[in-house]
Amino acid sequence: MNAITFPKPPPSPEAEILRAEVREFLHTELAGRDARSKAESWSGHDAEFSRKLGAKGWIGMTWPKQYGGHERSALERYVVMEETLAAGAPVSLHWVADRQSGVQILKIGTEEQKQKILPKIAAGECCFCIGMSEPDSGSDLASTRTKATRVQGGWLVNGTKLWTSSAHLADYMILFCRTGSVDSTDRHAGTTQFLVDMKTTTGMQIRPVYALSGAHHFNEVVFTDAFLPEDALLGTEGAGWKQVTGELAFERSGPERFLSTFGLVVELMRVLGRDPSERAAIALGRLQAHFITLRRMSRSISGMLQQGLEPANHAAMVKDLGTTLEQEIPEIARTLITNEPTAETTEDFLAVLAHSMLHAPSFSLRGGTREILRGMIARGLGLR
Amino acid sequence: MPEETDMLRETATRVFADHFAPRDLGAVEAGHWPQAGWAAVEDAGLTRALVPEEAGGYGVDPAEALSILRAAGGAAVPLPLAETMMASWLLAQAGLAIPDGTLSVAPVLPGDSLFATRDGDGWRITGTASRIPWGRSVGAIAVLAEGPDGMVVAMVPSGGWTVTISTNLAREPRDRLTFDAVVPRAAVGATEVDAAQLQRLGAAARCQQMSGAMDHILALTLQYALDRKQFGKPIGKFQAVQQNLAIMASQTAAASAAADLAAEAVGHGMGITPIAAAKVRCGEAAGTVASLGHAVHGAIGFTYEHSLHYFTKRLWSWRDEFGGETEWALLLGRAAAERGPERFWADMTTL
Repeated sequence: MNAITFPKPPPSPEAEILRAEVREFLHTELAGRDARSKAESWSGHDAEFSRKLGAKGWIGMTWPKQYGGHERSALERYVVMEETLAAGAPVSLHWVADRQSGVQILKIGTEEQKQKILPKIAAGECCFCIGMSEPDSGSDLASTRTKATRVQGGWLVNGTKLWTSSAHLADYMILFCRTGSVDSTDRHAGTTQFLVDMKTTTGMQIRPVYALSGAHHFNEVVFTDAFLPEDALLGTEGAGWKQVTGELAFERSGPERFLSTFGLVVELMRVLGRDPSERAAIALGRLQAHFITLRRMSRSISGMLQQGLEPANHAAMVKDLGTTLEQEIPEIARTLITNEPTAETTEDFLAVLAHSMLHAPSFSLRGGTREILRGMIARGLGLR
Repeated sequence: MPEETDMLRETATRVFADHFAPRDLGAVEAGHWPQAGWAAVEDAGLTRALVPEEAGGYGVDPAEALSILRAAGGAAVPLPLAETMMASWLLAQAGLAIPDGTLSVAPVLPGDSLFATRDGDGWRITGTASRIPWGRSVGAIAVLAEGPDGMVVAMVPSGGWTVTISTNLAREPRDRLTFDAVVPRAAVGATEVDAAQLQRLGAAARCQQMSGAMDHILALTLQYALDRKQFGKPIGKFQAVQQNLAIMASQTAAASAAADLAAEAVGHGMGITPIAAAKVRCGEAAGTVASLGHAVHGAIGFTYEHSLHYFTKRLWSWRDEFGGETEWALLLGRAAAERGPERFWADMTTL
């Protein structure tokens, strides 16, 4: 039997002490923010906020102290993640670096890379973007065509990355590309990861790609003979596939995969009031049951990470179930309050509803599509 | 202590595997009482697992005790095991002796009330209660009744009620009982437990059973997808079927996590929120898992001959017993609205 079970998350009294501290901090820091900016969830950015969170010691929490980390548990880190998301804090400038890029550097980077970059991430002063997708390589990441060719003193990169969130703001990108020729017997061979300095690399053009809402989150990044020095190599040349799949596992397990529209539920509750209709109360109760269950599963993963496990299939399940809930929320909310959402409205609920509806399609695309995740789960069941 | 949970559940799984094969379930549905199986379950001490140590139990954590029911659900064990465990717990809470043999509890529907009045040196128990699990065949029922000075528990032996036969979709007995019994003073005790708490314990038990049944349906369906060939290959090689199995696995995992939350709550003040959330989540998963299990099995799974239906019919019944998704969600939603949006997140983090 290949059923995947989620063990009980270990108790963490330290995490609960920390929770109160985080809440107090957020209460003060987010005091002036309106519901719309909170609805940005983990897409919202604010350099000062990220720096303050870093100064609190709440970025890179589990990393060794010698690299600016704080050697705290995965469960404590989980508390900071979920509290910032639930409060609608603008976390995007440090989120990716804290969640995956920094972890990847810590795992496979050189001593020099670790010393140079990790303390900056932990301080909340270093933003990362993800260089995976391309115009012709979406779910099929192994078909990457961006190529790094060895030259004197480093590599020359040619190709295009797409859907690169925050590329226009980022300090670094972890680039996944081809370094060897295509091997028809092993399509995962000949790929490599690089650390691209987004501020100094020449031969790189960043163009905005506007989302259907009109917002600028992601970009196209075109490399034309972009030079990367020798020390830009991340990990091992040719080991890119193994490295990138490890990185993706970090990308999928967290509470950001079920809390993206949590702010809409809060605004919905405000509009429904203390004595909602029976239909609304039933809908609300059902959403709460889903949140409670997903939170339990996500915390369970955090406990497994603490034990040094790599629960990739568990993460795929939480992301599939979580993004399904995130996408259901605006659909349910609109049936309970019969007003048309608009961007111009002065009513918080309708504004947040409009925002959620216009962003919901991306939830089950970013970080691996729903269909790809289900394929992974099926593989875990022994079907592939 | 996960090791102990596993040990207890492993013991239970072994006993169930030894005594209950899917081929026997049809005979039970037709009215045969599996006496040897019941004796084995009782000998293994499974029926007393929820009884506190001071009342003669083994001092097992209630969450571990309830995990027995996950194994029972996974084998569609056709016995009043959950009910005997619950009745034993209820009797122990009231300081009463726990008899051997099969037991059940009453009432189980929120609208039903039973009454205890003094009758000479003993007590008279009266009233009607519907949907009582195994009412026709149990040796005694732990009755939660309204007494003159508050709630009491009465141990009423069979003969103390008349039966109108009724069943759930899985053909498990769910009878309407009319009580008229006089029991001695020693068979009645005051209790702090109320009908709402009994409902919560029942919901937590059914969540475990549903979780176990979903485990089994997933395993059965997975095996079928690997074995059954169409178009020259196992149907599990088709992406459409793989996606269905992935959904089943995720729903099963979610139900299991939710059922664990409920089971843990039983040992920690029987908190309403985790139990309500679990019954809502398990009930919803049950519908999906049953539906996709049948979809993948095709016509053979729709036959009486195939064992799938013993599990899917139980899911369709158990999701409504001790409160369905709508009732529990309403309770959750009203409480959340009453507490207000500012507390919504904070309340969830206390679980």
